Amino acid sequence: MTDANDNLLEVRDLRTYFDTDDGEVRAVDGISFTLKRGETLGIVGESGSGKSVTNLSIIRLIPVPPGRIASGEIVFDGVDLLSLKEEEIRKVRGRRIAMIFQDPMTSLNPFMKISRQIMEITRLHLGHSKTEAYEHAIEMLKTVGIPDARTRVDNYPHEFSGGMRQRVMIAMALSCQPELLIADEPTTALDVTIQAQILELIKTLKQATGTSVILITHDLGVVAGMTDHLVVMYAGKIFEQAPTAELFAQSGNPYTKGLLRSVPDPLKEQDELYQIPGLPPDVAHLPPGCPFAPRCYRAEEICTREFPPFVQLAADHFSLCHFAAEVFADSGEPAAAEQVTAR
Amino acid sequence: MNDERTNGGNQKRESGVTPDPAATYTHGDLIHTAPEFALADSDVLSAERGDVIAGTSLWRDAWRRLLKNRLAVIGMIVVGLITIASVLGPFLIQKLTGVTPDYIPSDVRLLRSIPPLQGPDGSFSWLHPMGTDNQGRDLLARVLQGGQISLMVGIISTLVSLLIGVGYGAIAGYLGGRIDNLMMRVVDVLYSLPYIIIVIVLLSVFRSQTARGQMVLLFVALGSVSWLTMARIVRGQVLSLKNQEFVLAARATGVSTPRIIFRHIVPNTLGPVIVYATLTIPTVMLTEAFLSFLGFGVQAPLASWGSLATDGIQNIGIFPWQMVFPGVTMALTLFSLNFLGDGLRDALDPQTRKV
Repeated sequence: MTDANDNLLEVRDLRTYFDTDDGEVRAVDGISFTLKRGETLGIVGESGSGKSVTNLSIIRLIPVPPGRIASGEIVFDGVDLLSLKEEEIRKVRGRRIAMIFQDPMTSLNPFMKISRQIMEITRLHLGHSKTEAYEHAIEMLKTVGIPDARTRVDNYPHEFSGGMRQRVMIAMALSCQPELLIADEPTTALDVTIQAQILELIKTLKQATGTSVILITHDLGVVAGMTDHLVVMYAGKIFEQAPTAELFAQSGNPYTKGLLRSVPDPLKEQDELYQIPGLPPDVAHLPPGCPFAPRCYRAEEICTREFPPFVQLAADHFSLCHFAAEVFADSGEPAAAEQVTAR
Repeated sequence: MNDERTNGGNQKRESGVTPDPAATYTHGDLIHTAPEFALADSDVLSAERGDVIAGTSLWRDAWRRLLKNRLAVIGMIVVGLITIASVLGPFLIQKLTGVTPDYIPSDVRLLRSIPPLQGPDGSFSWLHPMGTDNQGRDLLARVLQGGQISLMVGIISTLVSLLIGVGYGAIAGYLGGRIDNLMMRVVDVLYSLPYIIIVIVLLSVFRSQTARGQMVLLFVALGSVSWLTMARIVRGQVLSLKNQEFVLAARATGVSTPRIIFRHIVPNTLGPVIVYATLTIPTVMLTEAFLSFLGFGVQAPLASWGSLATDGIQNIGIFPWQMVFPGVTMALTLFSLNFLGDGLRDALDPQTRKV
């Protein structure tokens, strides 16, 4: 926040609503965050917490008849993306902000050769000629570690395995050297060893190119080693926001604590893995108070009545909770566990 | 690696003595990024090298399935033979016997319908394998030339319907919402009109002076009523395709909407489109025969199977071959095309197809 030019992306009070038969679904409800150049931001949350909608909102890919961006600003490199015309935002997509999707099996067009899919982007945005684009595609495949790139470039997606396809997706995303890479659960559909490789690859390429990254995931393990900042989302709202190390060390939010305790620790003997009781709420019918209250070990009467405040705990650390300071100070996790069993 | 693990564990437990939660989750200390998992370039390269195989494409799979279907193969062969015969036949006959489809003999004694495989004098002869018609024209040459026209009507009208139907259906399906609603209601309205009457009205209002002009009109008229089902099929396909992630991925790379529709989505609808197009050809040919029967189809001197059969039917009692040969040829072609279409549907069936 010190130097405005340092911020690549500033999301301010973004609200994305969907009009459904079931009423207005507030998938993203007033979230704000900033991403500095060269940084990696992690967005964590359960399914349906609004992580993906947030990022689709950033590049304006929300399906417009049911969905709409009700309010907010998305300032990317000094320009509000929400004010751009469709043709202008198209020049940002893929060129300056690129995305990687969750399922590499379905995010490549099965009827197009890999070469054509990569060439399409560079010819569109960088004005490459056919031969330039073709050579560039081969270069990109080499960069992401695809062996024998020159022959593989003319294969169809079904001739690649899942991990390889995700590499191709990364190659496509980075082919125009975007300033921001949004990775929407890039490893969820892959098995664990491939996950590690893909994450390592993103990390390496990020360091090499200086691209900023937004990493969406529900896997705290993924986020820990990759990100500088973390945003924890629940029911379309930011529950906690802090530098990654700080958040892992000392969380100020019961929900984050629950998430952290749900990660199996290979170094500890655990009979049973902790799980947050209950299910994520229906975003179409949220109770008036804190949306997490029914599942929270710390919940009191006020939580079901009043919406919690967004409390600043440290210089860069915020938490959405009535008892944020108390939870922040109370780092004794066993005590919290006892409270849960007592309830 | 095992050793490192234990070491790491020991350190953990030591630091764990002080009840400091910071130590339990240290930045960058989770399994995924532990140093022993950091990958060397060679690891990345070798990891999936075994995967490089000559893949079989969807089309090759479909082709193989099609070849297993005996009826479809027979259909394909018959259609192929009839097509080749229709294209080359009239030239060959002219080379061999000097007879063109329009050739009316100058000898008055030959101006009658000669039965198949008979010479003018009643003895056996290969001169007219299918006999001749009332004017003494060689029926085989006429049937083959009629085949050219019939197949052309079938193929060109189907292409017209493809062009309109695929474009219309894809745009309606992709844009969705109110535009889709409007576009599909137009289709519904056209559907509810009796198409044969539309064709007849079109053909008689824009009646052309020349036979060729009339034929072009026929293509347009048949094509413009047969695209409706195609539009619905394509729309249905596009509706399910447009929500797939690769479309979102393409949009996320800044590809424009027309390009997404026609470069990314339409090729993916190709399977059902091919099947339906193959089944449209016989339908259109049948309609053309029907129109010829009513006198709206191909005009003389051009002939199609339909118009030949119509000519033949007037003399069916005395000269049955005039009606039987074009009729049977046409039936055979329609049968074969339908078998081929069914075979293609089985081979390209989206339900059993693995993407």
